[in-house]
Amino acid sequence: MRTLLFLLRKEFLQIFRDKLILRVIFVMPVIQLILLPFAANYEMKNISMTAIDHDHSEYSRKLINTFTSSGYFQLTEVSKSYNDALKVVEDDKADLIVEIPQGFERDLIKENQSKIMLAANAINGQTAGLAISYASTIIRDFNNDIRVEWIQAPRMNAQPIIEITSSNWFNPKMNYKYFIVPGVLALLVTMVGFLLTALNIVKEKETGTIEQLNVSPIKKYQFILGKLIPFWILGLIVLTIGFVVSFLVYGIIPVGSFLLIYLFAAVYLIALLGFGLLTSTFADTQQQAMFIAYFFLMTFILLGGLFAPIENMPDWARYLTYINPVSYFIEVMRMVILKGSGFTDIIRHFEIIVLFAITFNTLAVLNYKKTT
Amino acid sequence: MNAVELKNIVKKYTTKKSSVTAVDNVSFTVEEGELFGLIGPDGAGKTSVFRILTTLLLADEGSATVLGNDVVTDYKIIRKITGYMPGRFSLYQDLTVEENLEFFATVFETTIQENYDLVADIYKQLEPFKTRRAGKLSGGMKQKLALCCALIHKPKILFLDEPTTGVDPVSRKEFWEMLKRLKAQGISILVSTPYMDEAKLCDRIALMQNGKILEIDSPQNIVNQFGTNLYAVHADNMYNLLNDLRAFPQTTSCFAFGENHHLTLKESNDDIRELENYLDTKGYLKRTIIKIEPGIEDCFMQLMKK
Repeated sequence: MRTLLFLLRKEFLQIFRDKLILRVIFVMPVIQLILLPFAANYEMKNISMTAIDHDHSEYSRKLINTFTSSGYFQLTEVSKSYNDALKVVEDDKADLIVEIPQGFERDLIKENQSKIMLAANAINGQTAGLAISYASTIIRDFNNDIRVEWIQAPRMNAQPIIEITSSNWFNPKMNYKYFIVPGVLALLVTMVGFLLTALNIVKEKETGTIEQLNVSPIKKYQFILGKLIPFWILGLIVLTIGFVVSFLVYGIIPVGSFLLIYLFAAVYLIALLGFGLLTSTFADTQQQAMFIAYFFLMTFILLGGLFAPIENMPDWARYLTYINPVSYFIEVMRMVILKGSGFTDIIRHFEIIVLFAITFNTLAVLNYKKTT
Repeated sequence: MNAVELKNIVKKYTTKKSSVTAVDNVSFTVEEGELFGLIGPDGAGKTSVFRILTTLLLADEGSATVLGNDVVTDYKIIRKITGYMPGRFSLYQDLTVEENLEFFATVFETTIQENYDLVADIYKQLEPFKTRRAGKLSGGMKQKLALCCALIHKPKILFLDEPTTGVDPVSRKEFWEMLKRLKAQGISILVSTPYMDEAKLCDRIALMQNGKILEIDSPQNIVNQFGTNLYAVHADNMYNLLNDLRAFPQTTSCFAFGENHHLTLKESNDDIRELENYLDTKGYLKRTIIKIEPGIEDCFMQLMKK
């Protein structure tokens, strides 16, 4: 016990003596929490568009006005022909082309239908998809508006119409930040826990101090606990800093209980530290450890549902997320923080994380040998 | 009971492409209370022997014991009774002198106070710097600290792997004096060094080359076994002299050795007139030929040639 306490003391001494790492540990979460949610915003505003109006009628002007007044689109240029419009797109001045054909207004009134062409710059597929879907909504609204104008409010509708209204539960204003902040928090805990553990042990290998420890009567469990506990504590501290920042900057207070989040994070960190330890048993230099860790971190994060929803992924990728501990943590964070889920709601996640913790740590301990 | 006993130890390092035999059928014993030197050039296999004895490396063949404990089965006991100082400085550079010592004391389940008398001599020299970080110490100071850390748990046997490599001559001398004092306290010491001049400070030495032991004996006996006259030859053009001496029909060996060339001849009598004449015909100026006592290095060169 005394040995373990001393190992811990030594570890903390080293951590607190490395001013740069210390700053990174504490400043990184704050900056990332402030920057990422603002930057990673799926809501598109000010998509630049160009319009080709062959009709020059009242309706065509009205349609273009509907576009620009929606707030989502900005008319950067009016083009004379489709080719001109393409040139505008090529010059990166617009991402969406709206072409209104000649006789748009006439066809609409006479034949009760007309056509509009939309073309989006799909270099960024996401922008293109959103631009088209926003544009379609705007055109549909425009369509409804003119119909209302024509029909002059009849007493009874000739055809029954199902009107769809939606409300967003747990995030009523669809504030994107509410969605991304819990994910970023999970990410930060992951980075600190995983990366620092892996690097720290490999550092002992690099400086040769691990040899000195190996020839000593120090027990394997003492060494491993001495390495894991400090980073377990650091991980929880980073989580706490994260909560403080997300309250101060975004006003986010978990709907669910803090205790539950910390309980889950505590177990999650054990799993992750085990994974860091496992990584360190494979690497001989900090560079190797760094690259292995980066590979896993990137995969975990990209497949973790932080940016792209897991539900959108193809089947094979969805199966991969089942073995991705980060995806469980991100999900639990969102469930508890936004929805206020209780322990019974996350029991399945909990069981899986416990399983991860046992597996990673067992593998790591088996693979860590004092003798080469 | 012997302090160290190695029997037919073999260690190979195998990669996909090649296999290197680092330790090739090595056997030797170190008696209790002895200061035993493992002498050999870089790559002789010294460190592998140390790592096998300190239970860090498993030998492919053979057996070894440390104070009667097998390095494979009784490794737990060995780790308690040995002090090991690896060739590379491997203490925590970001901890201070005092913290390092305290740390290693705790790891070995003891305290500085308990065994202070053992390290007192050395630690006194470090005391002015005890709040300095280990990484900021000079080379000699680092070695002293490493020795302190290896000694703090009062080991019965010390393994020192090239403790004086890269250390200035004054610190080297001090270091060996410390080893003598430790030996006087009954601690068995196995030390390796590439410096031949340190060899004569050991009780017995093993000369090692390419994983094989060439000779094991006391430094004096090894020198006595040299068995032939050794001459130090000097002249104005040393490079040509070396080539000419090697071309001399009577020469068995000739090596550049500091400012002289060390030469042995096939006929071991004191008659060197033939050599003198040979050098004179080659037109050397200021040539001197002096008969000298061989050193360990000369013996090593001779053994290597065999």
